[in-house]
Amino acid sequence: MADTAATANPDSVAENEDGYRRRDFINIAAVSAAGVGGAAVLLPLISQMAPSKDVLAESTTEVDVSAIEPGQAIKAVFRKQPLFVRRLTPQEIAAADAVDPSSLRDPQTLEERTKEGHTDMLVTMGVCTHLGCVPLGAAEGEVRGEFGGYFCPCHGSHYDTAARIRKGPAPSNLLVPEYEFTSDTTILVG
Amino acid sequence: MSFPWAKQYTPANGLTKFLDEKLPLPRLVYNAVGAGYPVPRNLSYFWNFGVLAGFFLVLQIVTGVILAMHYAANAQVAFATTEHIMRDVNWGWMMRYAHANGASFFFIVVYIHIFRGLFYSSYKAPREMIWLLGVVIFLLMMATAFMGYVLPWGQMSFWGAKVITGLFGAIPLVGEPIQIWLLGGFAPDNAALNRFFSLHFLLPFVIAGVVILHIWALHIPGSSNPTGVEVKSESDTLPFHPYYTAKDGFGLGVALLFFFALVFFLPNALGHPDNYIQANPLSTPAHIVPEWYFWPFYAILRAFTMDFILPAKLWGVLGMFSAILCWFFLPWLDKSPVRSGHYRPLFRKFFWFGLIPTMAVLFWCGGAPAEEPYVMLSQIATAYYFLHFLVILPIVSQIEKPEPLPYSITEAVLGSDKKAVLGENTEPAV
Amino acid sequence: MIRLISILIGLGFALVAVVSFGVGAYTWATEESEGHLPYEHPRDIAYSFDGPIGTWDYAQLQRGYKVYKEVCSACHSLKFVALRNLSELGYSEAQVKAEAATWQVPGIDPNTGEANMRPGEPTDYFPSPYPNAVAAAAANNNAIPPDLSLITKARHDGTNYVASLLTGYQEPSAELLAEHPEAAPGPGLHHNPYFPNLNLAMAPPLTSAGQVTFDDGTESTIPNMARDVAAFLTWTAEPTLVKRKQTGWAVLIFVLFATVLAYFSKQQIWAAAKPNRRKD
Repeated sequence: MADTAATANPDSVAENEDGYRRRDFINIAAVSAAGVGGAAVLLPLISQMAPSKDVLAESTTEVDVSAIEPGQAIKAVFRKQPLFVRRLTPQEIAAADAVDPSSLRDPQTLEERTKEGHTDMLVTMGVCTHLGCVPLGAAEGEVRGEFGGYFCPCHGSHYDTAARIRKGPAPSNLLVPEYEFTSDTTILVG
Repeated sequence: MSFPWAKQYTPANGLTKFLDEKLPLPRLVYNAVGAGYPVPRNLSYFWNFGVLAGFFLVLQIVTGVILAMHYAANAQVAFATTEHIMRDVNWGWMMRYAHANGASFFFIVVYIHIFRGLFYSSYKAPREMIWLLGVVIFLLMMATAFMGYVLPWGQMSFWGAKVITGLFGAIPLVGEPIQIWLLGGFAPDNAALNRFFSLHFLLPFVIAGVVILHIWALHIPGSSNPTGVEVKSESDTLPFHPYYTAKDGFGLGVALLFFFALVFFLPNALGHPDNYIQANPLSTPAHIVPEWYFWPFYAILRAFTMDFILPAKLWGVLGMFSAILCWFFLPWLDKSPVRSGHYRPLFRKFFWFGLIPTMAVLFWCGGAPAEEPYVMLSQIATAYYFLHFLVILPIVSQIEKPEPLPYSITEAVLGSDKKAVLGENTEPAV
Repeated sequence: MIRLISILIGLGFALVAVVSFGVGAYTWATEESEGHLPYEHPRDIAYSFDGPIGTWDYAQLQRGYKVYKEVCSACHSLKFVALRNLSELGYSEAQVKAEAATWQVPGIDPNTGEANMRPGEPTDYFPSPYPNAVAAAAANNNAIPPDLSLITKARHDGTNYVASLLTGYQEPSAELLAEHPEAAPGPGLHHNPYFPNLNLAMAPPLTSAGQVTFDDGTESTIPNMARDVAAFLTWTAEPTLVKRKQTGWAVLIFVLFATVLAYFSKQQIWAAAKPNRRKD
């Protein structure tokens, strides 16, 4: 359109081009503003599906670990998922330390997976890193797998006494969540 | 579209050519709301409200689907999940306020849209089907809005559900069984709440379907216009895009200013405080009123206070439903050959000095308590309401002598100025 | 034909409506109708969160919280508000935790599974003073104290209503009793001109200045306590109030800008379609 109008009056081409440029600018600006507005609306539309405040508020869990005997484990709940807390026996610690980390699929030592001074306290998520089943071995009398740690029955992943993957399809060790000892007997997860 | 000068869609590139052969969606859009739809050039801002209604329908569906992600339709927790949305869900308060006030705005723009149709007699041939579908949309909207108001499970929700289903109890013989069947119990509870939620989710999509039919029917004869004179030649029309897309865009901006002012600064102004009290089947609020958009019809319901052959309750229910159902017959009641109220002196007087004040009174009385003088005022207004549509309109259209009409839309646009011409180039610089 | 039927139906409805009007008008003119009890509208008090740019006064909210805790919470629950929400009143995380622990919430003994009471945690909600509605009714002469979470949104002009009600207790005037003898408070009821039927079961909760000690040195007169707790209950009813207004300004300014652009764009596009005047 700009072309036909401009050629219709060749004497004032420059002026017209200027004029049309300004007019084009207004239309482009109006459409862009609508686009920006539409994009801004996406922000609440997307973020409403993220965890709500009450869900986030429950994202830390306090666990009292004083009653766990060596060789025993308890299941707690952290972010609606199982959390395993296990007090290792000296034999289990020795078994974990006897393994050369470089031979593992996900090389980590027991020391890296526990807190200093609490090497016997193994805190991991109870979620198999393969497809998210809950491994056996935390409750009394459950199968602990070939390596004496945890065993996931869904697809046969075996974890050792440091909850490291040793056999089966799982790609990595059971996840150690962020936690700290708030006292000698209490841990705060998350 | 039957206008021979309507622009033809030509696919510009390989992709659109491919689409045009396999699924001509771009062509459909082009012919529906693009340059391929010629529209009378003299439309006033009253013609913006159809597009606005469509916008608010989409807004309601989007915010509604989001609220449904966080809401639980169970009488034990419905009120609590609503508060959960207001307090804990990210932007939940904004979604809910936008949905609640969006319903009000949907009704505001639809009411203006209907009044536009009534003043310009948009229901007349050849547009009867558009009007009939429009009335169907309005009825579906009322059902949807009513059921949506029940969902937060506040006091007004509960008692509104009880009172409105009670209307069906007025039907002779089968009334009470029907009410119990509608509620799935003897009072509103889980069964009613769940089915209302289910239907409240379903009906907006039914509305969207009827809206598509409404627009389809519109594209057969094309849009009406303020003169009521049919389009005669190309100079009477402009392509929908960019002219009316630009005008609708501006109109939408203005509507959103009002809408957001309400959502963010007076979000509860159109609601009722009692609905922030959890439903209590043992205590009725002092003053039950429906949402404001039902007030005129609620006033008609309450206007019939005496037994006269039929019981008063049945008269009220019949009156309320007839008040809307009579709109279905307007195309055949108003036989005046002239459409626009601008050229109908007698019709215009009854419209501005009869119908409009009547609706104002009905709105006012419907929201007021059921006591005098509101009941008496609503009785007079109710009588006029029925007289207007069922008696005055047929008679006026018979006896009225219309004022002279312009020959064409072009003539109306140019006015009496003999030197005025339409720009030779009707293509805007886009 | 259709028009004949329509005229008959229209006349029918109009007739019934007019007859209803006639009967109603006759009754109205001949019978003395019972008037409403004259209750007063709440007094207007200025708050920091009023108006389109108002914000919370956190010190006031904290004072109001203290009034709720030490006075109202004896009978009224606050069930939609969580103890963690106190962080929005300007308390630090540690303060919220300490404050939460001062509330006793129902719990379960981890060893026996029996119901017990334990100190609250931030994730708990404000505990109800009564285990259920029956207990609440039994303890309060059958008048169940309403939950206060949403009270300022559940009453017309709610913030002012709460403050006015709390300071409004008085003896009914002689003129009122002369005109409306039924307005005299019955046993266990208390006269308050701001309550819709003038008599409410709640005894005056704020009875003396200094009933609650404010930590920030504000004088705890009865009007001050009433005003501050009304502010606190405005926050509990709508914790997003300030964020809502701030978001509103951003949205409105943007939409106004876009609308102005849309207007000029529309004007520019329509310029081509406007009629011109011929020069000849």
